[in-house]
Amino acid sequence: MKYVDDFRNPEQARKLVEQIRRRATQRWVLMDVCGGQTHSLMRYGIEAALADCVELIHGPGCPVCVTPSDAIDAAQYLALQPGVILASFGDMLRVPGSQQTLMNIRARGGEVRFVYSPIDAIELAKQNPNSHVVFFAVGFETTAPATALAILHAKKLGLENFSVLASHVRVLPAMEALLQDSECRIQAFLAAGHVCTVTGYQQYEQLIQRFQIPIVIAGFEPLDLLQAIWEAVGMLESELPSIVNCYARSVRPAGNQQAQATVDEVYEIADQAWRGFGVIPHGGLKIRQQYRHFDASKRFKFEQVMPLASSMGHDICMSAEVMSGRIKPPQCPYFGVQCTTEHPLGAPMVSSEGACAAYMLYHLRGTSIS
Amino acid sequence: MADDDRRTEFVLPYSSACPAAVDQSNCIQLAHGEGGRLMRQLLKERIAPTLQAAINEDAARISAMKGDWAVTTDSFVVSPLFFPGGNIGSLAVYGTVNDLSVAGADPIAITLSLIIEEGLSFQLLDEVLSSVARTANECGVRVVAGDTKVVPRGAVDKLFITTTGVGQYRPASHLQCQQIQSGDLLLISGPIGQHGMAVLAAREKLHMTPEPISDCGNLRIVCATLHNQLGEDLRAMRDATRGGVSAVLQEWSEASGTTMQLYENQLPVTAETRGMCELLGLDPLYVANEGTFVAAVAPSVFEKALEVMREFSISSRACAIGKVIDKISSPVVIERMLGTLHPIDDPAGAPLPRIC
Repeated sequence: MKYVDDFRNPEQARKLVEQIRRRATQRWVLMDVCGGQTHSLMRYGIEAALADCVELIHGPGCPVCVTPSDAIDAAQYLALQPGVILASFGDMLRVPGSQQTLMNIRARGGEVRFVYSPIDAIELAKQNPNSHVVFFAVGFETTAPATALAILHAKKLGLENFSVLASHVRVLPAMEALLQDSECRIQAFLAAGHVCTVTGYQQYEQLIQRFQIPIVIAGFEPLDLLQAIWEAVGMLESELPSIVNCYARSVRPAGNQQAQATVDEVYEIADQAWRGFGVIPHGGLKIRQQYRHFDASKRFKFEQVMPLASSMGHDICMSAEVMSGRIKPPQCPYFGVQCTTEHPLGAPMVSSEGACAAYMLYHLRGTSIS
Repeated sequence: MADDDRRTEFVLPYSSACPAAVDQSNCIQLAHGEGGRLMRQLLKERIAPTLQAAINEDAARISAMKGDWAVTTDSFVVSPLFFPGGNIGSLAVYGTVNDLSVAGADPIAITLSLIIEEGLSFQLLDEVLSSVARTANECGVRVVAGDTKVVPRGAVDKLFITTTGVGQYRPASHLQCQQIQSGDLLLISGPIGQHGMAVLAAREKLHMTPEPISDCGNLRIVCATLHNQLGEDLRAMRDATRGGVSAVLQEWSEASGTTMQLYENQLPVTAETRGMCELLGLDPLYVANEGTFVAAVAPSVFEKALEVMREFSISSRACAIGKVIDKISSPVVIERMLGTLHPIDDPAGAPLPRIC
């Protein structure tokens, strides 16, 4: 466990906290983009330890949270079609669409299975030749390569009974959209380490040029995050915004080019609806025309079966405010009252990467919120 | 409907040869549960001799016990049936014996009810039954009664077992989690989360190296010794099965009106369990154990308690993991890396496999 323990050394962590405190002459506002980072910051008490010198606001980097309810409704519709098995990641099963969750659909007899990877969905298709398996693919640049590989694999196998309902999102356009917001308070980004492992970070240069904002690529362990915050505060204090890679053990400037090529083969960049944000230009990926045979949105004809009247409460969920950093989860009037991890009103409370779930899990009620 | 069509409706598969005999001699058939000759054969030739049980009467006779009886019941639906460190048979016996032991009772006898899926191989059944017999012998309990049902394919997953355990409360003090008070210390008998990870790795064929091994084991002797030595300074014991250590502490907090505070850096977790939990994003505090228990003791006796526990191999790695404090906003809290307190919530129905 050396590679975990080395990055969780309490003594080193305390030292870094002190160094950040000494470095900051004012309280800076940093956004941690990825939900995994939000959870680490909360779990290890970093947010609380730095409360007097850094405000951490939690970004939209939770794939489950930003998946629009239309996509979830479409998945539910497919799950109820005779002969269809809908496969997805465990978290997606509990996220409300406009009316209900995939878990409810399963309880009503819909064929919904949870899988750990899109390759498992291919196995499912091989084992069930008389059913059609739809893999409901969500996620950022980190999961898109695996879905693309699954499609290429299915093509190679000549699988007729497999397709993908894709709702993949791209993180850079979302960061851009946040910065363009007139109420934006973000002064520096902690960029998502795993996304950068795939995409590299050369693409961030234009964001720095345009918005004069420091970007630090951060990992997920406490010392990774503290190191990244220290760098970000340094750039803010010196007013010299640039990009610093604090996750060099995983991230290279050009990223994983093989993964990028695989994604590029199967997908093209497209405008994409994000829950809580609306349509973000170039904010997602869609399956290319030559792979339409594996595109569930082309293979199936969708009828309007889900009326938009809501019983799930997603219309009162303040996920947009939470995911853009305008409020902290405990500032939502429903947090911990009507909205809990058992009875979530919205995606950020459901997902294992959601900001509301992070506060529910790690923030001791009655203590202060930074 | 045309004549031709009608005729096709009544065509039966036809062959002049006799159908090939299906070899059903090596697996359970529905008839094994239907009360006839096959069922008597199953009981007489396999179940009774393996368990050294008599099958003459409809009820077992147990000599009258003095004092209070302890009765517990449990069902076992683990998948897969065999996993590193145990199987559904040993699990059923240990689980029942441990429930009686941590409650402050000496186990005496158990019953065993089998629900078998048609088609289960005799070899598997024999292995499970032998394991039940071996484990019962090790734990000093007799299997005094039982039942066997066979259900069609798909109605259960291979084999489900239900047990009832009977024991006699020890004359030492009553163990009750309501007695837990602020200032008491929380001890654990060994590394946590091993059973859940062993079953998960086996079920999902994760091929971990080294492989996590279940902590399935007999808590009877260590619990009795601890109870007899500490008397009323031992407030409560609980085996941390489903829901893990977290679930036990949530219940204790509710029963005693206190908060349970843990120290993350004192929780014993093996490298195998930690590695798997890291990979899968699980917290070992929520993962099931089958031979590990939590004890709440008065602060004055915690060193003695640890000494006693460490004398037995099943609890040789016992240690203190936290303390009981006055009630605050969360029932269970943990002090993590930077010294801040974080709540430990009841887990919200994680999509995990059946583990017991």
